[in-house]
Amino acid sequence: MFGVEVSQLFFYLLSFIMIVSAIYVVSLRNIFHCALFLVLCLFSVAGIYILLEAEFLAAVQVLIYVGAVSILMIFAIMLTSRLANKKIIQSNDNVTVAIFVCAGFLLTSLGSFGYSVWKVVDSPLPENNTLTIGKILMTDFVLPFEVVSIVLLAAMIGAIVLARREKI
Amino acid sequence: MMLQYLALAAILFAIGIFGVLTRRNAIGILMSLELMFNAVNINLVTFNKFIVPDNLTGQIFAIFVIVIAAAEAVVGLAIVLLLYRNWQGIDIGNINIMKW
Amino acid sequence: MLEHAYLIPVYPLLAFVIIIFATRWNEKLSSGISIAAISIGFIHSIFVMIAVIGRHGVPFELSVPFIEHPLITLETGIFIDPLTAVMLLVVTIVSGCVQIYSLGYMHGDPRWSRYFSYLSLFTFSMLGLVVANNFFMIFIFWELVGLTSYLLIGFWFEKDSASDAGKKAFITTRIGDLGFIIGILLLATYAGTLNYQEVFTKVADGVIPVGVLTMIGIFIFCGAVGKSAQFPLHVWLPDAMEGPTPVSALIHAATMVAAGVYLVARSMTLFVGSAEAAMTVAVIGLITSFMAASIALVQNDIKRVLAYSTVSQLGYMIMALGLYGFDVAKDPHSHSVGYFAGTFHLMTHAFFKALLFLGAGSVIHAVHTNDVQEMGGLSKKMKITSLTFFIASLSISGIFPLSGFWSKDEIVAATLGHPVFMFFTLLIAFMTAFYMFRLCFLTFTGKPRNQERFDHAHESPKTMTMPLMFLAFLSVFAGWVGMPWLSHGFSSFVYSGELQHHGPNYIVMLVSTIVAVSGIGLAYTVYFKKKISADVLMEKFKPLYTLLLNKYYIDEIYDKVIIKPLLAFTRMMWWSDANIIDGLVNFVGWFTIKWADAKMWFDKYIVDGAVNGAGAVCMAASWLFKYVQNGSVQFYTLVIITSAVGVIIYRVTPEGFLYYFIGVVVVALARFLMKMNRPEEGNVETEPEG
Repeated sequence: MFGVEVSQLFFYLLSFIMIVSAIYVVSLRNIFHCALFLVLCLFSVAGIYILLEAEFLAAVQVLIYVGAVSILMIFAIMLTSRLANKKIIQSNDNVTVAIFVCAGFLLTSLGSFGYSVWKVVDSPLPENNTLTIGKILMTDFVLPFEVVSIVLLAAMIGAIVLARREKI
Repeated sequence: MMLQYLALAAILFAIGIFGVLTRRNAIGILMSLELMFNAVNINLVTFNKFIVPDNLTGQIFAIFVIVIAAAEAVVGLAIVLLLYRNWQGIDIGNINIMKW
Repeated sequence: MLEHAYLIPVYPLLAFVIIIFATRWNEKLSSGISIAAISIGFIHSIFVMIAVIGRHGVPFELSVPFIEHPLITLETGIFIDPLTAVMLLVVTIVSGCVQIYSLGYMHGDPRWSRYFSYLSLFTFSMLGLVVANNFFMIFIFWELVGLTSYLLIGFWFEKDSASDAGKKAFITTRIGDLGFIIGILLLATYAGTLNYQEVFTKVADGVIPVGVLTMIGIFIFCGAVGKSAQFPLHVWLPDAMEGPTPVSALIHAATMVAAGVYLVARSMTLFVGSAEAAMTVAVIGLITSFMAASIALVQNDIKRVLAYSTVSQLGYMIMALGLYGFDVAKDPHSHSVGYFAGTFHLMTHAFFKALLFLGAGSVIHAVHTNDVQEMGGLSKKMKITSLTFFIASLSISGIFPLSGFWSKDEIVAATLGHPVFMFFTLLIAFMTAFYMFRLCFLTFTGKPRNQERFDHAHESPKTMTMPLMFLAFLSVFAGWVGMPWLSHGFSSFVYSGELQHHGPNYIVMLVSTIVAVSGIGLAYTVYFKKKISADVLMEKFKPLYTLLLNKYYIDEIYDKVIIKPLLAFTRMMWWSDANIIDGLVNFVGWFTIKWADAKMWFDKYIVDGAVNGAGAVCMAASWLFKYVQNGSVQFYTLVIITSAVGVIIYRVTPEGFLYYFIGVVVVALARFLMKMNRPEEGNVETEPEG
């Protein structure tokens, strides 16, 4: 079917962008560029979410990762790297060992697909993704939801305490 | 189709591991961690769509992971700032006060 | 009110607890609490008395079992009959007067609050003793009054004589208490219960053999001998006068020493069951009474005269009770008045003896000495004290119509049918009148024998004279409840066995009055008119005088017969300790040291060697393994991921895991050795690679 093929096409396109930008993220010497490629990579992940019919998640991805976390990273880079004077350089270490480990991990993961049995169910996701998520969050998952908000609060206070300039 | 998504997630995760292992810049390590979080989220959403499509538990979990990741990023970056202030640099290799 | 009579002892206990824990730092508040508690107790006692009169002799009992055992049930509870009600009133009145009096007497004492807390504790114990419903409870309170007595005798413990007197009182009464507890245990064994009423029922039914009953009676009487200072355990009471005078009045004259009399009266059924035991009681009472009265004739310390007088009067009561037991044991329908006489005298004596002591305290407070030879003429300066003291003296001598007359009369009447007892009783009455008025005349009349002390004398403050006047009132009128003409007087209220009505015996009244008046007259001649010189009399009866002045040498005899041999024995034991046992101990010590030397060598070279060897092995291993802990985050991450991959491989193909594991180990070792060759360059992670 045509629709399926279009979505496949999009999948490969997004995958390609994602993998390439991810490789840039971990290998470029200029960390500012790394941050920009991270934004691209996370954008493509949002695209993947749309392909997986998780529209709400895609929106959250764009808002939080692209909008907040990445900007935070850029702020941190600017605060720590004397941006104006010096070229922002970074290098990689132990590349051989790391490549071996990553390859080993990748091979075992992909190889283990053959050993795993998944019962694929071919039925549609619930209609109106956002509404359903909201309902579930406020009913079945209300306790984790509250707990996670406390975690966020703790993280916020922790960050403020850690980053204060004067000693407490 | 599902395996392709899983493979994509695995590759992204492997790249993240590579970054964590090799980056000398602490912010670089944090970025690689974000890549790994995203790989996990892709896995969660994929399984949700293909194996348990009648509810949205996977997506809920993905949301929680995003929240935790955000918290982690905030605290991590605060620590990075602190490191920068106390060591005049954020090269992870030089920070080894926990050595034996 | 009767159901809540258990509260009467509780008030002073509460006062004690509050003073000790809360208000000890506030002197006025402490004494106020103490006096308030005893006043509430007094009011409650009045209600109890009214309720008891309304019950016409039926005792009230309330008991809660507190240890239940197949052999015996110990219980706690209250038992209220007319005797208890009378005792409650006596104890609360005398304690109240003494506490108020103490406000003046103890003025400025540094341990004021403690003094009042002790008084409260004593009152609690005494009231508890009175209301107890079984021998077990009475024993507990018995020991408690002993304890408070000890605390209060030694209250001024800076004085050696006071602390010694406290110890003496405690130990001497303990000897009697040993007998008491043996008696209680015998009773528990043979009667199977300690509750008064059950015990008395069993005794009346003849469950206990007469021989055993005699033993029980004598053993229980031992307790009374110790507490009421009867011969041969009377030696502690005169020494107990080292305590503050109000304490002497409260404990060692009016209440605690009466506990022994109360005990004998309470267990009268036991003595009625055994004529031998009852006779023992009567004889001991007579001996004590006579001996103490004769000693009192010559003593010069005002408090000691009163102390011996107390011992003598207690002996009177004990004798009357014993004679009652004996008479009834011989003839169940006898008309003996001993029981009524003993308990009645217990009550009247409490009032006038407390008054005498408090008056003596007032005198001592004024002149700061106990020696009557340094007083004289004090009636000019101390009107109230001397007047009340004279009233009390008249009362104790038995002059119509003061309260002492009625009760002493009954005691004389109780000896009817026992000529020897009667003779000595009258003789004692004569001596009592004589020594009391000797004391009065020496203290209050004539010329001052020590001008300096006389000049400083002054009347005591109101807090001290008010109780004196109140007690004087009671000393005059309290005895009227026992007038023989009353058809529902004391004798038909407190009785044992069958209710009997005793008519007046005019001959006895006349004889005892003559005896008392002649005693007073002799004292008047010798010490007021000085027609006969006391010194001449003293010379004439020199050996007798010396004997009496030294109190029959009883303390000395105890010292020679008991204390000295005991000390010699303990010295011998000490010698054997020092030479034989210590020698053994020292040898064991020497041997232990040698043995320890041998063990030390073993420890040093063999055990320590092993321990140090283990340490060295650990050091070597840690030198090797410390490189694992290199402080680098990325190294740790590497280990984590490598292990995670290993786990996945193991889950998928266990055989493949082996190769993976070997590969990882080889790579790790290779890198480790590489780093070992360049140790000075720091961390592996800082070196650029690949």
